[in-house]
Amino acid sequence: MKEFLYMGGYAFYVWTSYGIAMAVLIINLVLPIGRRRRLLADIARKARRARRSS
Amino acid sequence: MMKFFHKLGSPPYFYGFAGRLAPWLGIICLILLVIGLYDGLVVAPTDYQQGESYRIIYIHVPAAWMSLFIYMVMAVCAVLTMIWRVKIAEVIATASAPLGASFTFLALVTGSLWGKPMWGTWWVWDGRLTSELILLFLYLGIIALYNAVEDKRTAARSTAVLTLVGVVNIPIIHYSVIWWNTLHQGPTVTKLGAPSIDPRMLIPLLLMAMAFQFYYFAVVLMQARAEILERERNTAWVQQLPEVNGP
Repeated sequence: MKEFLYMGGYAFYVWTSYGIAMAVLIINLVLPIGRRRRLLADIARKARRARRSS
Repeated sequence: MMKFFHKLGSPPYFYGFAGRLAPWLGIICLILLVIGLYDGLVVAPTDYQQGESYRIIYIHVPAAWMSLFIYMVMAVCAVLTMIWRVKIAEVIATASAPLGASFTFLALVTGSLWGKPMWGTWWVWDGRLTSELILLFLYLGIIALYNAVEDKRTAARSTAVLTLVGVVNIPIIHYSVIWWNTLHQGPTVTKLGAPSIDPRMLIPLLLMAMAFQFYYFAVVLMQARAEILERERNTAWVQQLPEVNGP
């Protein structure tokens, strides 16, 4: 395990690459989920308000 | 078949269809990613020249392929936007741009992290690296232009023009390692004939490439749904969605 993490002395380069990649993938996955959730909440709020005032 | 594509062009149908499809694509991506990572980091043998540092290839090369693939998707969408004004094409192009920029960024950063131990430098201004950097700027320019124009349909048409102008960069990136002298290695997988890479190293590379591919398809659908929702928020079908109306 220790040898695996050591990556033949290239640990910094290899693990930074994989770490940044995973971070980028996760951020791009979370962004649309949050965006859609916020939009839906906003649209639903405005729809409720429109129903009440009519 | 044509009827299906015709239906897919309508925002309400696409919204529902993408919502059903995206989770499956995500699951396939996750499976490929887990196998690919294990295969690439643990199973694949050490490179006789580069030692363990070569394992960056399993991020770097799939990310670079995706940076080109996504641009081509956007170029096709640009054509559909300009000629037939297909709304869904506008949406897909818009949803793709941040993903394309992300993969280009990844290709550049991991390339840099690979270049430092192998070439002794983080960066060289050669054909491959420079043209890939231009690709990143193209993506960022497309995103900025889209956000700068108020009306989204006008914005989509303007970005379509910019996208098509930028297509000229794609073959330059691909052939840059052949045309110009460079530190970057030539193509080993996509060249004609058998790839000059050990199959035990090639298989995880292809797995990771497929994982990234499915990741893109899943996330672009999710991003496209959000984009559709924003554009069509005042239409009757959005108002009638169970997510909006309550159960």
